[in-house]
Amino acid sequence: MPKVIVEVMPKEVLLDPAGKATARALQRFGDGEITDVRIGKRFEITIEGEVTPKLLEHINDVARDVLSNDVIEDVISIRVAD
Amino acid sequence: MRVGVITFPGSLDDRDALRAIRLAGGYPVALWHGDNELHGVDAIVLPGGFSYGDYLRCGAIAAHSPIMSAVVDAANKGMPVLGICNGFQTLVEAHLLAGGLIRNDHGTFIRRDQKLRVENVDTVWTSGYTQGQEITIPLKNGEGGFIADDETLKRLEGDGLVAFRYLEVNPNGSLNDIAGLRNARGNVVGLMPHPEHAVEPGFGPDTAAAMSSGTDGLAVFQSVLAATVLS
Repeated sequence: MPKVIVEVMPKEVLLDPAGKATARALQRFGDGEITDVRIGKRFEITIEGEVTPKLLEHINDVARDVLSNDVIEDVISIRVAD
Repeated sequence: MRVGVITFPGSLDDRDALRAIRLAGGYPVALWHGDNELHGVDAIVLPGGFSYGDYLRCGAIAAHSPIMSAVVDAANKGMPVLGICNGFQTLVEAHLLAGGLIRNDHGTFIRRDQKLRVENVDTVWTSGYTQGQEITIPLKNGEGGFIADDETLKRLEGDGLVAFRYLEVNPNGSLNDIAGLRNARGNVVGLMPHPEHAVEPGFGPDTAAAMSSGTDGLAVFQSVLAATVLS
């Protein structure tokens, strides 16, 4: 069955405390190449039947209304998985 | 006066909210998230907790539960609605209040008796306080950092929509020390700290007078009872 992938990230301007803590941990490895980490979400949505433009439009709506909150997050991509 | 408290899967402080309503002199009514109606209540409290394990975003799944369409309708018609902690997050996710709440800037859960200033008493949930009154009630959250874009923040401040502000300590990185908000009409209020945990001597924050004697939260519930009797 086809899958649609939705990716959501916290807005650039906002503090991402989880990402910041992870970045600090990663900086203990390597030679200081890693300067920042931001943590987002990836949703894999399984579809029954065909992925039609209408269905993608519906997923676009729920991605913005439910899967993300536009005050704190951006939907950065919606695509059909290969 | 019947005040409903909605229990969502993962609600934690629903019993305390019901008890606070009773101690204030109201008739508490337990409501269930899966219901489609409000069973004739005159006001609604969305309690604290971790609805749906804070999955997706705090309050996000609760904001889309069956009872919430009735709550949003009622709120838009003027019914008093209060959101405490997770309830505040749910009201924000339901777009009944502005802004958003994110993980505390220091990254850890915090629990403390928190001093607040009551910034606005022109609401059905704060009319029992005096303007600028300083109160102390418990705060306990991991994701209580209030944020909004500059324009929204300016509007909230300009229109007097900040209901409560943190004093002395900003416990979670909230912009402008915002602890609670109201809507323009004054019937919807949300705050991160917990007034329902400071309603009965012996079980509240410490005061100068005696240990655990703080009851500064009771006026929230008394306010709505007074408001509904008058209307």
